[in-house]
Amino acid sequence: MSAETPLTKDPDTAPGAERTGGELIRLAGVTKRFGTNTVLDHLDFTVDAGKHVTLIGPSGSGKTTILRLLMTLTKPDEGVITVDGQTLFPAPDREVREVRKKIGMVFQQFNLFPNMSVLRNLTEAPVRVLGLSRDEAEQRARELLDLVGLADKCDARPAMLSGGQQQRVAIARALAMRPRVLLLDEVTSALDPELVAGVLDLLRDIARSTDITMLCVTHEMGFARDISDQVLMFDSGRVIESGSPEKIFSDPERERTREFLSAVL
Amino acid sequence: MKWDWSAVSGFLPQLWDGLLVTLQALVLGSLLSFTLGLVWTLLMRAPSRWVRWPVGVVTEFVRNTPLLVQLFFLFYVLPEWGLTFSALATGVFAIGLHYSTYTMQVYRAGIEAVPVGQWEAATALNLPRSRTWTAVILPQAIRRVVPALGNYVIAMLKDTPLLMVITVLEMLGRARLFSQQHFQFTEPLTVIGVAFILISYLASLLLRALERRLVR
Repeated sequence: MSAETPLTKDPDTAPGAERTGGELIRLAGVTKRFGTNTVLDHLDFTVDAGKHVTLIGPSGSGKTTILRLLMTLTKPDEGVITVDGQTLFPAPDREVREVRKKIGMVFQQFNLFPNMSVLRNLTEAPVRVLGLSRDEAEQRARELLDLVGLADKCDARPAMLSGGQQQRVAIARALAMRPRVLLLDEVTSALDPELVAGVLDLLRDIARSTDITMLCVTHEMGFARDISDQVLMFDSGRVIESGSPEKIFSDPERERTREFLSAVL
Repeated sequence: MKWDWSAVSGFLPQLWDGLLVTLQALVLGSLLSFTLGLVWTLLMRAPSRWVRWPVGVVTEFVRNTPLLVQLFFLFYVLPEWGLTFSALATGVFAIGLHYSTYTMQVYRAGIEAVPVGQWEAATALNLPRSRTWTAVILPQAIRRVVPALGNYVIAMLKDTPLLMVITVLEMLGRARLFSQQHFQFTEPLTVIGVAFILISYLASLLLRALERRLVR
């Protein structure tokens, strides 16, 4: 994916012509242990390009760990992870850096750089990693801030923004790298209730208007139902059920899924 | 005992010379300790223990031996090995090295206080390791440690009179010289005492201004 890739879908190309359809992410036999605790247990799953997949399940079931593995924030103990046909694990650091360019992540705690202006938060990596000129990066940053409704906050420091605004900046920062995959790790869990809707609306908008493949860990079941093509139900490090949101939310097959949903809905 | 104002005015020209030397030792010593301390901290985070281990031993040794002994050693032993520096340069190096073993601990604490999420965000954006350090981690870490570094500047100021033993004529050296020439001790020693307080106070004002600029 080149630095010049536009963010939104090109209306002239047939939908799904190239980006959607093919397999983009594959986890094969992935096991992750923390001490004696097995968080992921020989997990296999694939995600097709352009799909929006939501991971649900009780806390400690390994959902967030999957996102962290894909972002290379932690390494599996066993197994193989590939993205777009390239190996992310096991792979040497140089290759990891290449593959990682395709992946972006939004965190529960935003993790904006507090020592930089909002604009610099968005331009730093495009300039340093993608090799954009400062002008190109700033133009891209301003377009994205416009998209997330914060065009007037360019020069603000993150600490001056509300949680919801910070999270929208964090989403813009991830999009500035033009990732093919966007990992969303409980992105509204740290927000005050009245700020949640704004962030979710923005993500719905991005899901609708771009080809970006999304992997989403969330407790917002309404949101999951809206944007997902597929929902994976996790329990004890395994996928115990998967299917369309209609199927999972209305007519789950497994008793465990039913219990979980009745507890959170 | 009588206070003699003429001794005060007679001492002032020498005080001025001594003051300049004290300030030189303080500023250069501080800059050296800030720089070397950061180098030690980063080396202590090296992946190889063949780097960490020697750095740990040397800095531990320097921190736990007296600065006075280090001054004598550097001043009298290094020339035997063919390394000769001016007395002031030797003094600056000794103070800077000694205090770098303290500032390294300050930096370490500052770096560890940067939330792990900052590292993770840098990884998620694929920032190179070096850029993560210079643009993300160190600016946040150093901002946090300015007050602690400031305390060591004051401590260094109070250690500059030790340089007298290696013939550096800083303020105490000048006062002693004057006293021996004129047999008047009260006035020059009192004057340099006041001078030390004034420098400490000005330094703390400067540091507070710096802090305010950084901690926004």
